[in-house]
Amino acid sequence: MTSMERDRMIDTAVGLCEKYRNEPALLLEILHDLQETVGYIPEETQPAIAKCLNLAKAEVHGVVSFYHDFRSAPDSNITVKVCRAEACQSMGANRLLEDILARNGLPKTGTSDKGVTIEEVYCLGNCALAPSAMIGERLMGRVTADRLQSAIEGVGA
Amino acid sequence: MTLTVYIPDDAAALSVGADDVVAALQTAAVSKNIDLTVIRNGSRGMLWAEPLVEQVTDKGRMAFGPVSPEDADALLDAMVNDSDHPLSLGPTDEIPYFKDQERLTFARVGLIDPLNLGDFEANGGLAGLKAALALDPADICGIVTESGLRGRGGAGFPAGIKWKTVHDQDVDQKYICCNADEGDSGTFADRMLMEGDPFSLIEGMIIAGLATKATQGIVYIRSEYPHAIAKMQRAIDVMEEAGWLGDNINGSGKAFSLKLRKGAGAYICGEESSMLNSIEGKRGTVRSKPPIPAIQGLFGKPTIVNNVLTLATAPIILARGADFYKNYGMGRSTGTQAFQLAGNIKRGGLVEKAFGVTIRELIEGYGEGTASGRPFRTAQLGGPLGAYVSDDMLDLPMDYETLAQNKAMLGHGGITVFDETVDMAEMARFAFEFCQIESCGKCTPCRIGAVRGRETVEKVLRGEDVARNIALIEDLCEVMTDGSLCAMGGLTPMPVLSALRLFPQDFDRAPALAAE
Repeated sequence: MTSMERDRMIDTAVGLCEKYRNEPALLLEILHDLQETVGYIPEETQPAIAKCLNLAKAEVHGVVSFYHDFRSAPDSNITVKVCRAEACQSMGANRLLEDILARNGLPKTGTSDKGVTIEEVYCLGNCALAPSAMIGERLMGRVTADRLQSAIEGVGA
Repeated sequence: MTLTVYIPDDAAALSVGADDVVAALQTAAVSKNIDLTVIRNGSRGMLWAEPLVEQVTDKGRMAFGPVSPEDADALLDAMVNDSDHPLSLGPTDEIPYFKDQERLTFARVGLIDPLNLGDFEANGGLAGLKAALALDPADICGIVTESGLRGRGGAGFPAGIKWKTVHDQDVDQKYICCNADEGDSGTFADRMLMEGDPFSLIEGMIIAGLATKATQGIVYIRSEYPHAIAKMQRAIDVMEEAGWLGDNINGSGKAFSLKLRKGAGAYICGEESSMLNSIEGKRGTVRSKPPIPAIQGLFGKPTIVNNVLTLATAPIILARGADFYKNYGMGRSTGTQAFQLAGNIKRGGLVEKAFGVTIRELIEGYGEGTASGRPFRTAQLGGPLGAYVSDDMLDLPMDYETLAQNKAMLGHGGITVFDETVDMAEMARFAFEFCQIESCGKCTPCRIGAVRGRETVEKVLRGEDVARNIALIEDLCEVMTDGSLCAMGGLTPMPVLSALRLFPQDFDRAPALAAE
């Protein structure tokens, strides 16, 4: 990262803190927005956020690392969440996850060379239409590895 | 020719192509010169029939489902000519799955356009709030207590008593927090309600505010529910514009404002004190109790933390009276419960019935057995921390006390069905694994117990010293039950021990043979 990029990210983070009136209770909203803008929560922005909200750096880091949603590395183009909770397992979710990882050349959950990130989640609230997966914000029910893979390719992988 | 149809934009319906069906019907309508109006409603809860298309006719709403885009042409012909169609399910209200339900909380879900305030009011909405505006706060608490309404989030604590506790606190600032962090597998009722009838939740929260003199409300919704978040935010905006939220509720001089907060993917934030920490912008770790949130909750102030369905049920109690509600149910489980049929089930969906319906009626009657067609093996009741049940428990009635007496729990009303292919030792391993991933880490029994538990079940799976390791698991479960700060560690033993007790044969592993 160049120092210019770094400064720009810090400016973005500080701007978001201001948008939320530097309110420490709104740290999650700030982080959500930052991740949406930059694609992840750059480590370099954390001290700046801490300063704006009058929090310890450790507190900001603690929040970033506690929640599954927040990433500390750049996002890929496509994020696929495969549900592995009980209802989906009863309809073959584990097999689905294995298949979709294999088709994207991944030995375990993570990001492929083509920029497809595959994550496991525990419940997407579509338990009557299991198994379920989500691409971006698109929820898919009664999903098969074939349908999921073509949906992944459909969004440009 | 004009035609009006309802097609849900509920996330579950969308997940099986509801938007594609809308597009196909619109294209077909243009080519047939039909003036087609599509109203996007919530789901009726017959998720096996989604996308469900309902045609508005003189004889009521006629249902068709599950509809795929390829059906559009023939479906429109059938609708226009009032002729037979293979996907016809007849009048919606007469579909057996739907007909005998007792819909109080979900009365409007799937019926109305969720963001049409006029529709809402015409179908009984706002009646409870109007009644509450004319009552003293203490009387509202009294009615809710009298109704016997218990928290629908899982623990089943009497809502009226919680409300009265907050009411009795003599401080200026109080809060109403709606826990919409519905992370339990097998449950989706909160999501369905927020997407299908968001005004009813807002109405319930305003009533809770009036009952306790709390003027600020927060809905905490999990980030996995983008559709519910969008729908709730729009509903809040509509209610604000209409003057039902804000400084002067419908000209009454009473104030209540509502904000939406989004989670960030942490199951533990469904636990009330973790959720409060999360709303305060902190890590979602559990707080030890006491003090209870009703005395020191959000920002240290008295706070009602209720589940979506608890709050959304308050309006009908205020509108129809405590006795009306109390007449449903059995024993101390009064009213109705939104049972959610999920997993390996032929007809999954939402069934709202009075407490007392049996597990068998739900799984075999409504659900028609497994989706795979293989024999039923078990069902997990009440989410990932709930017990598994065996065949011979199916005639138990669903109520809090009966299930507790049988070492099971109702939880949030979710029922996840498994067929004979399930490996219960693997499910026990998964229960610990889930706890390991989602533990907030604050207390040792949960944080360490989950890891050791998973490791020990893995030893059993490999056939290592089986009897001794099972005894160790049981001992560990006792420590977790007795020593954990909250239900995450405290209830993880429930699925594990029920699997061990009811399906011991699955744990009877022989040692693996040496590879060479």
